[in-house]
Amino acid sequence: MKKYDNIVKNAAGRKVPTIINGEEHIPFMGIGKYKPTGRKYAPRIVSCADYPEAGNKLVPSLKEALVKAGLRDGMTISTHHHFRNGDLVANEVFDIAHELGIKNLRWFPSASFPCHEHLIPYLEDGTIQRIEGSMNGALGKFCSEGKMQGLGILRSHGGRYQAVQDGEVQIDIAVIAAPTADPFGNANGVNGDAACGLLGFALADSQYADKVIVVTDNLVPFPAVPWQIQGNYVDYVVKVDQVGIAEKIISGTTKITKSPDRLLIAEMTARFCEATGLIYDGFSYQAGAGGTALSIGNYFGDILRKNRWKARFIRAGSNKYPVEMLEEGLVEYILDGQTFDLEGVRSMRENPNHVWTSPFTSYNYHGKGNFASMVDVVVLGATEVDVNFNANVVSHSDGYLLHGIGGWQNTLFGKTTILPIPLFRDRIPVIRDEVTTLCAPGEMIDVIVSERGIAINPLRKDLVEKAKDSGLPIKTILELKKEAEAICGVPDKPKLSDEIVAVIKWVDGTVLDSVRKVIVD
Amino acid sequence: MDKTGTAGNKGPGIRSDVWVAVSPAQSGGIHIDLKSKVKALFGRQIHELTEKVLRFFEIENAQVVIEDAGAVDFVLAARLEAAINQIIQTNKEFLLPQLEENTTTTKKDDFRFSRLYLPGNSPKLMLNAGVHKPNGLILDLEDAVALSKKTEARFLVRNALRNLRFYGAERMVRINQGEHGLEDLEFVIPHFVNMILIPKCEEAGDVQRVVERTKQFLQQHKMNHPVWFMPIIESAKGVMNAYTIATADPQIASVAIGLEDYTADLGTRRTNEGTESFFARSMVVNAARAAGIQPIDSVFSDVSDMEALAENVKRSKALGFDGMGCIHPRQISVVHENFAPDAAEIDKAKNIFLAFREAENKGLGVVSLGSKMIDPPVVKRAITTIELAVEMKKLDKNWDSSEKSTNNQN
Repeated sequence: MKKYDNIVKNAAGRKVPTIINGEEHIPFMGIGKYKPTGRKYAPRIVSCADYPEAGNKLVPSLKEALVKAGLRDGMTISTHHHFRNGDLVANEVFDIAHELGIKNLRWFPSASFPCHEHLIPYLEDGTIQRIEGSMNGALGKFCSEGKMQGLGILRSHGGRYQAVQDGEVQIDIAVIAAPTADPFGNANGVNGDAACGLLGFALADSQYADKVIVVTDNLVPFPAVPWQIQGNYVDYVVKVDQVGIAEKIISGTTKITKSPDRLLIAEMTARFCEATGLIYDGFSYQAGAGGTALSIGNYFGDILRKNRWKARFIRAGSNKYPVEMLEEGLVEYILDGQTFDLEGVRSMRENPNHVWTSPFTSYNYHGKGNFASMVDVVVLGATEVDVNFNANVVSHSDGYLLHGIGGWQNTLFGKTTILPIPLFRDRIPVIRDEVTTLCAPGEMIDVIVSERGIAINPLRKDLVEKAKDSGLPIKTILELKKEAEAICGVPDKPKLSDEIVAVIKWVDGTVLDSVRKVIVD
Repeated sequence: MDKTGTAGNKGPGIRSDVWVAVSPAQSGGIHIDLKSKVKALFGRQIHELTEKVLRFFEIENAQVVIEDAGAVDFVLAARLEAAINQIIQTNKEFLLPQLEENTTTTKKDDFRFSRLYLPGNSPKLMLNAGVHKPNGLILDLEDAVALSKKTEARFLVRNALRNLRFYGAERMVRINQGEHGLEDLEFVIPHFVNMILIPKCEEAGDVQRVVERTKQFLQQHKMNHPVWFMPIIESAKGVMNAYTIATADPQIASVAIGLEDYTADLGTRRTNEGTESFFARSMVVNAARAAGIQPIDSVFSDVSDMEALAENVKRSKALGFDGMGCIHPRQISVVHENFAPDAAEIDKAKNIFLAFREAENKGLGVVSLGSKMIDPPVVKRAITTIELAVEMKKLDKNWDSSEKSTNNQN
């Protein structure tokens, strides 16, 4: 089987394959242009008669559960990333698969982390044929250098839900690591040593996979509440000694930046939002967990306090900073997609206004709307932006895959998307003639805020007008690019092969761009 | 010719810098071993510049090892030149074309609220320093540079003066004490430095030697841009000689106090309240005012406590200082904010200015406001306050025309 075939130029002008790992895919047609027909994918119908009457689905080990679930060559195995770099379960699943001599698996994680470098030998020996999900660090390097047997597919969080719901990816076995569960399979992330807040990224997996295994180190008698994962979807429950490493589940990124340059960018972003009226009583925003985004949240808090305003909701990866705002009364709700620290977990457990969400409610593009589009201000990072405001979030300018898409593409549908980014990193200008990898069409990006000036997408005439007399350093994106190049020099283009190693999906499942193999000298 | 010259920094935490080792050879041409995280995008440019610099110094055969962490051209060139200077004797200097904007001059009485110290051998902190908009940026060759790095820092500071973007900040250099400081001048005077900070001044001669040497270099290079001086008083003896130091030369624009060394000299410790330095600070303010120049306060060393800094600035302003040093970019806005005239000061200045103009229009020799007579220094101070308020966007540039129209309506 060829990794890919039938390359066409899509509506974004990018050359993408339409046959990927032997399956047909649709090239990107433009935003909101692809309208799927037909019905959603449906999992098999089962009967209670085949499940223990007393509801006890415990099996002694993960290995036994996998064998009972029918693990065999060529299957699709899914895991979630709520444990971030403290995940122990995904690695163990493939240790077992390797031990059993299983080959050709597709790993379908909601994201991968540096701890999953452990899986590289299994990618090399064919236990894992390919990863469909984010590939960071060592996995990104492995894929970028063309070493993966299959073609990688990167999807947004919403795109992952869509792919499962639409039947584009059919999960054979979902393994759901859970901080707390009962023998029936009800599970949650708010209690237990490995508490991670919520389990929203495993929702689609529980609903649509053929077999569902819940793995926990905190087994409680029925009922485990809240049942973020419902036991009615679950086949087997496994009790282990440790399901995740608590201190690594807590993300390292949730500290307000001390970098003066980043603080300056954060301050300018907040001033821009204030000057253009994007912040008002009852507004909402997407709070990132990076250092710059956190300090923007801080500045937003100052503005709300000063005006005696309240935000209606914060869409978050939550952590102590939004929680403080919720408890101070500066915001009425946190709609949480993933929780980054214990303060976030505590708040979610105790405060009914701290709401756990899933990619279905927040991001799924093949639904009857989603709330990403209701958010007023969305603040995101990017590795590159080009002169047409196209943005890249997955690869660096040297072509290596280094980040996942996450919820990034989904949140672009908010009313105003702002990228606060430095004009250069380690001499590499962030604004390029053309992005190395296209993750967001330029029409989705409204504002670039850098330490040396702010560029507004000319499509946003309203913002251009409102920012006119703000006293802020408004420049064109070309001016910003020139300014960076005057300091750094003009970079060469990276030497990339024509060979494709992965594709980037748009939120509707169409193929937006191809990731090329890096030439190693 | 088996010597190796090395310069720059490498290792974890090093960014925007480069470490080079140049070993001349008898034959074989120039061989470059480059490690760089920006190699895919800037490898070619790094090779080209390296060969250009080596050929400029007539080195045709050499082994060059480069460990780069994203250094821009002027940094790489400075590192290579510093390394080459260890292996050959040369009078040549490799200079990249000077930025046009880095030839501007400043005035003796320009506002100097904030001046940000930048370690002279750390390019990482230099590149974005100007975007934080301090009044002055100090490339520091003195305390912020390790003894073993003093020479290579000179090349970097020289190149920074020519090629770093200052975004309107005054271009300042703090030289070393004594003879080393006089040698530093050769690297900065011909490159349009605006102001020289002279550390640890104890008597007028400490300043005069620097001024004399500066004049020599200017003549030698047939240049005549103004170079201002800011002596820093950092000892008990210096405090006692504050006035003679402040009046040592007409090119002295400000005099500063350095409290870390001063309190050590007194045998005491520096506190946030600053009782121990009250006398010294007042002496410096007095000396500067008597000499008609700007008194400038010491840096505030707790970079995490912005509230304590704000208090400190308010006390400093109340004592009569015109500005303060900063060691972290986040201090700049706090310093500006608190040195800036407040609303009451601006209002008072506006009234004085309007009264002055009215008196002028009527041809009156005496300015009065209400029943009070106003002396010329008060008027001058009011004008300064207004200029400042306008510059800091606390007052509209055309405030007096709107003021006039309101008056007419009345």
